[in-house]
Amino acid sequence: MGLKTFPGGVHPPDSKEYSKNYAIEEIPLPSKVIISLSQHIGSPAKPIVKIGDNVLTGQKIAEAQGFVSIPMHASISGKITKIARFPHTTGTIQMGIEITGDGQDKWIELENKKKYLSMSVEKMKKRISDAGICGMGGAGFPTHVKLSPPKEKPIDTIILNGVECEPYLTADYRVMLEQPEDIINGLKILMKIVGAKKSIIGIEANKPDALKKMIELTKNEKSISVIGLKLKYPQGAEKQLIYAATKRKVPNKGGLPMDIGVIVQNVGTSIAVYEAVRYNKPLIDRIITVTGKIVRNPKNLKARIGTLCLDLLEYCGGTTEKIGKVISGGPMMGFALSTLDTPIAKVSSGLLLLDKKEAHKDVESTCLRCGRCVDICPMNLVPSLIAHNVRYNDWDMAEKYGVLDCMKCGSCVYVCPSHIKLIQWIDIGKIKVMEKKNQNQEKN
Amino acid sequence: MTEIYAVSAAPHIKQKISVQSVMWQVVLALTPALLAAIFFFGIRSLFLTVYGVAAAVITEAIIQKLRRIPVTVTDGSAVVTGILIAFNISSAAPWWIPVVGSVFAISIGKQIFGGLGHNPMNPALLGRAFLVASWPTLMTANWKATTPIKHILESSINGLKELPSNIPAVITSATPLGAAKALRDTTQISRDMAETVMNKLADMDTIRELFWGNIGGCLGEVSAGLLLLGAAYLAYKHIIEWRIPVSYIGTVFVLIFIFGGINGLFSASILLPVFHIFAGGLILGAFFMATDLVTSPVTKQGRIIFGIGCGIITVVIRLVGGYPEGVSYSILLMNIAVPLIDKFTVPKIFGEV
Repeated sequence: MGLKTFPGGVHPPDSKEYSKNYAIEEIPLPSKVIISLSQHIGSPAKPIVKIGDNVLTGQKIAEAQGFVSIPMHASISGKITKIARFPHTTGTIQMGIEITGDGQDKWIELENKKKYLSMSVEKMKKRISDAGICGMGGAGFPTHVKLSPPKEKPIDTIILNGVECEPYLTADYRVMLEQPEDIINGLKILMKIVGAKKSIIGIEANKPDALKKMIELTKNEKSISVIGLKLKYPQGAEKQLIYAATKRKVPNKGGLPMDIGVIVQNVGTSIAVYEAVRYNKPLIDRIITVTGKIVRNPKNLKARIGTLCLDLLEYCGGTTEKIGKVISGGPMMGFALSTLDTPIAKVSSGLLLLDKKEAHKDVESTCLRCGRCVDICPMNLVPSLIAHNVRYNDWDMAEKYGVLDCMKCGSCVYVCPSHIKLIQWIDIGKIKVMEKKNQNQEKN
Repeated sequence: MTEIYAVSAAPHIKQKISVQSVMWQVVLALTPALLAAIFFFGIRSLFLTVYGVAAAVITEAIIQKLRRIPVTVTDGSAVVTGILIAFNISSAAPWWIPVVGSVFAISIGKQIFGGLGHNPMNPALLGRAFLVASWPTLMTANWKATTPIKHILESSINGLKELPSNIPAVITSATPLGAAKALRDTTQISRDMAETVMNKLADMDTIRELFWGNIGGCLGEVSAGLLLLGAAYLAYKHIIEWRIPVSYIGTVFVLIFIFGGINGLFSASILLPVFHIFAGGLILGAFFMATDLVTSPVTKQGRIIFGIGCGIITVVIRLVGGYPEGVSYSILLMNIAVPLIDKFTVPKIFGEV
């Protein structure tokens, strides 16, 4: 079987050996959770509870504001104790709701609809949006929005993303090994909703057992194919995965996969969709990898949304050395956290701890113009050129050279011999270019 | 209150690579060629190289002190410049030649533009151009003529009994390219005769000698084989990339094949382009100087254009110009064109419509 891939990319050490052999464990109920109101792309959810209210596990506590938004649910039963600003999984401070648990874990009523596939598409979609599901691979785009393409953009292919190209992370890998049936069930629901005739499950070559399992499970499914992908970062980036699987290119300048008839969903999201449609269960937990060289017992945990990173780490036996950096997500695109009191969100795929040495910051020196960043950019940009224009405040040129097309995968920074923080410059550029665009729009 | 940790932007892991590691690996890759120079031209080659390196490093340190910026001589870039300057001079040159060359290269070629990363032209080549312009006889006429090439030439010519006796005088030059140039330009013998001698000059024996380094020439360009060994190491380490050397050498090959013959288009033997590749500074230039990170294009397409441009200028100088060798000027001229090349070869964004 030939492995498929995309042009460009880098080969960081995959570092998955720390946690990949540990089966998913459910972490005991935390005494306190913080449910952030923005765990997704789009408008933050709006609280519908007040301090002192008692809530059940799975009860809606914040509703979606607008279409591109998702509701939030209590992930433990207990009492609302605070509605305030809390540390956020992106390293910022955001509004959230604190629930102090009663230790009972009293659930709202769920159901078990055995013939869920005969449900109407509208009802399925409603259940998904009511369950507050967003992409669980990292970006957090509301799933029901992705599943509602306009009529003129028919979807023929669903791609399930089981690539997990971020080093260290093994959550998706464990899910594929331990819950493959649920993934397929979710996939069938997704296919029905958008009317896709075909689906492809993409898995990177460093997970041969997951690949084997999935192939075996789908050998009688004509419409589902499983493909092995070359081990390369960022193989799991949406556009790169689509290209590897279908040879189609998502148009740049804000094009979406639906423009070329494709929808990509993470394998974890697929399970959440299945659980939402069949059991009417809101998204209140997820699988997260707690890992790093210094974590005493790295694990793959099933944890309630809103559990504090501190609780996760304590359950894993803490660290063997002083912590240098705390990262929410993977090492390439994850966010550095300033405190372990940060709650996990629906997008949190990993909690990574680096020691002081690994967290060492290199001093930036002048650009050598070596062109390594150009050679590996999976979006075919010239990162050094964009960063240069941002540095000298030339927003027009930054835009012309595609600052908005950068997905911030970090490959350019990874290979830069001068240790230039290209992504940081590009991020500034993105913000400034958007500001300027908005101003122009207002003027017109 | 729990502990507060330092934060930074992603990515949080990095490839183990730095400016230092890149530069020192280039130094390592140049070492075999230096050893070849010591073997063929004597220990004097090593001294000249040491003078060049010392002058480059000291000049860089002094200027950085004067500019009140951190002294970064340990990054190895000045060392590379020093070595390349020495590689571009004759082993018979006086000791101050590499010193003057290095001082000029580092000060005017590099620091005056802001130091590493900002220089528009390869400092070592600029240094060489300065030396050639200022002391042309020391730089181009004083080759240490190693006996084997002379021997090859003489035996070739002796084999042609019908040759007039003035032929050896035509090929006075001690470097193979000098001899080739003299043959092209001479009016003392017929075109056909010149062609015959040229074919003799560019036969397999000569090419073998060129490959191993048994010829007259600059310090660093003697052994094409050992230069290629160093280049292979750099390519393996992803420090240089194939596009510039391949398009450069390929262009030279094609153009010499077409225009290299003395009797009009395509009259050259197929060995003549090979001779031109291994003679002179083309291997050194194509793998170690045209690929200089700072002064070559960053785009893939740009690198090919750059290599082709270098090839064209090199061949024009070698065939119709005033000098027997054109590698250094071709690279310098193309260096100047790099910003323009980069500007017009920005790649198409993934998914661009």
